[in-house]
Amino acid sequence: MSKEAKYEKKFSNRVKRTMFTDEMKKDYTILVPDMLPIHFKLIISVYESYGYHMELLTNRSREVVDEGLKNTHNDTCYPALLVMGQFMEALKSGRYDVNKVALLISQTGGGCRASNYIHLIRKAISTEFPQVPVLSLNFSGLEPDASIEMTLPIIIKLIYCVLYGDMLMTLYNQCKPYEINEGDTDKMLDRWQKRLGKLFSTSKDYTSTKRIYRAILKDFATIPRTKEKKPRVGIVGEIYVKYSPLANNDLNNFLISEGCEPNVPGLLDFILYFVRNCQNEKEIYDKKSALTPAYDIAYRIMHKAQRDQIEVMNEQGEFFPPHDFDHMSALADKYMHQGVKMGEGWLITAEMAALAESGTENIICTQPFGCLPNHIVAKGMSRVIKAAYPNANIVAIDYDPGATKVNQENRIKLMLANAKRP
Amino acid sequence: MEEIYKLGIDVGSTTVKTVILKNDEIVYTKYERHFSKVRETVAKQLEIINEGFKGCLFKTAITGSAGLGIAQASGIEFVQEVYSAFVAVNNTYPETDVVVELGGEDAKIIFLTGGVEQRMNGSCAGGTGAFIDQMAQLLGVTIDELDSMSLKSTKLYPIASRCGVFAKSDIQPLLNQGAKKEDIAASIFQAVVDQTVSGLAQGRKIGGNVLFLGGPLHFLKGLRRAFVSTLNLDDAHANFPELAPCFMAYGCALQAGDVSKPMTIDETLDKIINSKASDNIVTGESLFESREEYDEFVARHKQSDLKYADIREYEGDAYLGIDAGSTTTKLALITPDGRLLYQHYCSSNGQPLDIIAEQLKKIYTIANPKLRIKSSAVTGYGEDLIRSGLGVDYGIVETVAHYKAAAYFCPDVDFIIDIGGQDIKCFKIKNNAIDSIMLNEACSSGCGSFIQTFAQAMGYDIADFANLGLFAKAPVELGSRCTVFMNSSVKQAQKDGASVEDISAGLSSSIIKNAVYKVIRAKSVDELGKNIVVQGGTFLNDAVLRAFEKELGRNVIRPAIAGLMGAFGCALYAMEKSGANEVSSSLLTLSQLQDFSYTSFATQCKGCTAHCNLTIIRYNDGRRFVSGNRCEKGAGIKIENKTENMFEYKYNRLYEYGEVKPKGKPLARVGLPMALSYLDLLPYFSTLLTELGFEVVLSDRSTRDTYYKGQQTIPSDTVCYPAKLMHGHILDLIDKGVDFIFYPCMTYNFDEGQSDNHYNCPVVAYYPELLKANIPELNSDNFINPYIDINLKKNTAKALARAFKKYGITEKQLLSVLNKAYSEQLRFRKSNEQKALEIISDARQKGQKIIVLAGRPYHIDDEINHGIHKLIASLGFAVVTEDSVAALVDAPPLDVLNQWTYHARLYRAAEYVCENDDMQLVQLVSFGCGIDAITTDEVRAILEEKGKLYTQLKIDEITNLGAAKIRLRSLAAALEEKESNAKQEAI
Repeated sequence: MSKEAKYEKKFSNRVKRTMFTDEMKKDYTILVPDMLPIHFKLIISVYESYGYHMELLTNRSREVVDEGLKNTHNDTCYPALLVMGQFMEALKSGRYDVNKVALLISQTGGGCRASNYIHLIRKAISTEFPQVPVLSLNFSGLEPDASIEMTLPIIIKLIYCVLYGDMLMTLYNQCKPYEINEGDTDKMLDRWQKRLGKLFSTSKDYTSTKRIYRAILKDFATIPRTKEKKPRVGIVGEIYVKYSPLANNDLNNFLISEGCEPNVPGLLDFILYFVRNCQNEKEIYDKKSALTPAYDIAYRIMHKAQRDQIEVMNEQGEFFPPHDFDHMSALADKYMHQGVKMGEGWLITAEMAALAESGTENIICTQPFGCLPNHIVAKGMSRVIKAAYPNANIVAIDYDPGATKVNQENRIKLMLANAKRP
Repeated sequence: MEEIYKLGIDVGSTTVKTVILKNDEIVYTKYERHFSKVRETVAKQLEIINEGFKGCLFKTAITGSAGLGIAQASGIEFVQEVYSAFVAVNNTYPETDVVVELGGEDAKIIFLTGGVEQRMNGSCAGGTGAFIDQMAQLLGVTIDELDSMSLKSTKLYPIASRCGVFAKSDIQPLLNQGAKKEDIAASIFQAVVDQTVSGLAQGRKIGGNVLFLGGPLHFLKGLRRAFVSTLNLDDAHANFPELAPCFMAYGCALQAGDVSKPMTIDETLDKIINSKASDNIVTGESLFESREEYDEFVARHKQSDLKYADIREYEGDAYLGIDAGSTTTKLALITPDGRLLYQHYCSSNGQPLDIIAEQLKKIYTIANPKLRIKSSAVTGYGEDLIRSGLGVDYGIVETVAHYKAAAYFCPDVDFIIDIGGQDIKCFKIKNNAIDSIMLNEACSSGCGSFIQTFAQAMGYDIADFANLGLFAKAPVELGSRCTVFMNSSVKQAQKDGASVEDISAGLSSSIIKNAVYKVIRAKSVDELGKNIVVQGGTFLNDAVLRAFEKELGRNVIRPAIAGLMGAFGCALYAMEKSGANEVSSSLLTLSQLQDFSYTSFATQCKGCTAHCNLTIIRYNDGRRFVSGNRCEKGAGIKIENKTENMFEYKYNRLYEYGEVKPKGKPLARVGLPMALSYLDLLPYFSTLLTELGFEVVLSDRSTRDTYYKGQQTIPSDTVCYPAKLMHGHILDLIDKGVDFIFYPCMTYNFDEGQSDNHYNCPVVAYYPELLKANIPELNSDNFINPYIDINLKKNTAKALARAFKKYGITEKQLLSVLNKAYSEQLRFRKSNEQKALEIISDARQKGQKIIVLAGRPYHIDDEINHGIHKLIASLGFAVVTEDSVAALVDAPPLDVLNQWTYHARLYRAAEYVCENDDMQLVQLVSFGCGIDAITTDEVRAILEEKGKLYTQLKIDEITNLGAAKIRLRSLAAALEEKESNAKQEAI
């Protein structure tokens, strides 16, 4: 049935597509949405070493949401709305020369709505800012003529960003709740962020991961901390809402202020999940492509890197390392097939199980209101996870422009009341 | 040692409860409404306590949804309210298995046995006290009256329980159609029960000893009855404690002993009174800077007024217009030169027929005997009923009425926005015809009833409340959001110390933001055009009008009769239609009116399986009026030579596959659920399975009961209705005793060669995983869900051989039957395409227009589409589906990632419609379908680029088609108008 005329993608004349040319590189500022502040700052430093000018958007004002509401379909998921809102607010603010600015959006590909963000952004800006190019950051070969430069050396550097970013995030979360002198942890984070940024632009030293991990661990261990035991609260969910303080009403800090230790699984897990899904195309459907061997290699290298990180952290001994991804994927198999690959798919289920198993029984599952994959992988799996881990204390929190902080906090407080139950 | 008391203060969304304990014995309780004056009420309650317990020491804690803010600001300990209930229950009723607690805006369930679990409603206040309040208000009765009425009910109507807004749109038509209030009252309580069961229990059974807590469950007998009977509880297992309303406060007091330090009431009061309001309120500009600015504004709008004539003096012809709207009823009587003789504007309070009959009598009585009503027209929800009951000459759709009226004030109007009780209607006018219509979709935030609800909650009359905001210095920015969410935003603002004035102004702005952002979705003001007319009762509010002008940055025209425009437009229409001809109106005369009476009763149509809920009104002169029917059958009309309907054709054809039996003795009986992708791919799978030697058993056609059947196993209450129905289909198959259910997970659908990729949506692709995890009866033996990519024959054979290993089926065997499956699917598709072409050519012969009703394949299920296809057919259109015409054209140029098979068909169907002058497209969108947020805009863009009208219908479990009907009739009217304009131009 599939033998029909080959489909050729045509774009309409309704929406202008301005391309990012090489000449633009020298004097354009590329705006980056605020998803993972720690990681994205490192990623920006990598691209800057290749001559790009980038800026992480940090505007979190009410106008962001208002612009988002105005410029996207209101049933579109919350991340799309916020990203659009941040871009539109920035373009309209007068802070940038709109003839010298481009927008960057990550695109994961796959059957989720998120793959369409770039198109929604183009539609939204086409009336007012048709001259602004929109770039895609993806590893799937989407948008071949509108992607940001993605060479092998860049890819490798980006992976290092993820590794160091995860490490910094993990340590931050394990120190901040216990710091005795307020601000110590933030200062430490800032220092390492700058140091790593410099490393990426000046030398090849960033590849000696173990040495750098040890240095980071040593530094964070010097932060004076209390010995008390605070309940550990896991955060899982749709990737943007899970990480972005703009989207989740600064959940991380809220938990810290409530006397908890946030435990947020790292970005590397998401990338490994993505690579594993590519490998699974062969496993499940016998689909082989020229890239299939590359996926296997990529998985091996990155998984090795993760194991190194875990090893060094265990060796240092004061901090709680990330979960081994092979183990996570084995956990996922207990509850669902790895064929569930849209959105965060089986990864969310695996993360919930891994957290519950390793003693982080309090879990907040964050998602945009009406997130399609999460009906299945998050809310849909909470029953079986609770059956396997009766002490698991899972609360699903929906985020959208209408949900208020008070409501969300009250629900989290209920979870915490249970967490602190004697 | 001095006695230390424990004090628990429960600050809920509507009430403040206090409990005092002495040695853990309750010595004092009090329950008080706070009318949103939270801090004041708490302080007052403390003062009362202080009189009785002067100088005593208390350990005090606060709990409750509105308590968090006060606690944070004052530094008094806060304990979470569900947890408080949990503590209290453990202390007093330890044998309890489940606690159900309904509060003002919260609903909670605590499971105590079999794994403690505590749940609260998420972001929706459907099915709570606030919801019941709203419904009582809609019926125009008090809560107590509602309760006693409910006990006298004889029939239940399905009412959407998820959200007050949805329920309203179910109830209003019932009222307008004359359903008994007693039955509606009971149905409201039933809706609350359903909401609690489906929204909160989510798969866990509510049984054993159940403890019912909270105000509504304490005071409302009807609600209690509904819970007890739905949950099948007997008196021994349903426990309604005397302390129910103050239970949380009790639990809070118990905890106070552990968490708080002793203080006197004076000290506590001090903390509360001096608590610092946090300064995280975002404020906007004030509506008016000065009195002068306001006066100038008032003077400007005064210019758009009608002339008046005295009905007692006037002699000659007059025209009557009636607007039987959703919450208000409007009448206008005018002279041929447009002077207003009589007007009436009142709340419908559920009996539009009585109100209008009463008004007519009044008109006849006071009018000059030489005044003659020459013609009359009616519009609005109650149109059909009023027309048949009172003999009104014409019935027109609201949009037309409003355009007529607006054009009277501003002949070159470009844009009309009407904000009524629960509708927002916007239309653009191009070439003297309505060009595009925007209605609020299944959401009434930003409508009149919205601000009214708030006014009442704060204890104000609506007009006074709105006027408070006119000169507010710092209006609170509340954004645009749903009524329910707005409650918590307002709460938050109050907690932060915003004044009523600032909140009032903020609400006026937020109504406008909803209209602009959610309904109009205009990117710039210029899109709306130069001449904007605003109307509808809500705009009579100066604050709302001003907020609109401010948001747009330009002045607009508001006729002084903004609230009467529908009625006025009707009167103009009646005048236009009757022309100079000497016709006489069929309107009932005074003597006829004096004899006028009617009785109404409810029944169910037996014309087809849809079983429409009919309301039959019998007038005393023997005529009858049927409402609630979707097609002519309900009204008892037979149509000859009816055009075939593609929806029915496809659905029936699919069920024929259930008749095919395997050769020889079947290997096993395999169940296929007739929902989601099976309503597209059944031919493939049933052929495959039959050929392999299985007997295929199909689940029955969906009904409302299919939904109820699976309701308790749905873990996500925001998933689309087609997915929710799947649960009932699975349980139906289990009841049928099949050996196993076959339901593959399919990331990919067929590649139809016209898209970037060919995914299924995440819900369609992976729903089997969710079913397996949430329906306890399913296991890996009786539920087989292999992962297949249907485009890959070899791999499919391999995966299926693995799945059916138990039945000795080999890959080779599969390969040999798969071809038949592929051909059968193709044959099914071709026959649909063939049928569509037949319907189209048949329609053309009859001169009918054709509508492509475009959605998903599973929208052919009548429980999902609620018979919209029949409604469209009854308006004289022929109906075909998107998948039956998609193959006729190639995909048009697109600006989105075209990566889902079903959605790709929508774009092609739109392209096909553009190529045919006699076709229009109506898009069906299931509520909660996130992907349609992308497709709807793109389909609209494709159509509008070619000058077609875009119409979207949102569907959910709600069966009321009122809004759909307005849209479709508006579409029909707009087409007619366009055509007659084109003809005039040709002449």
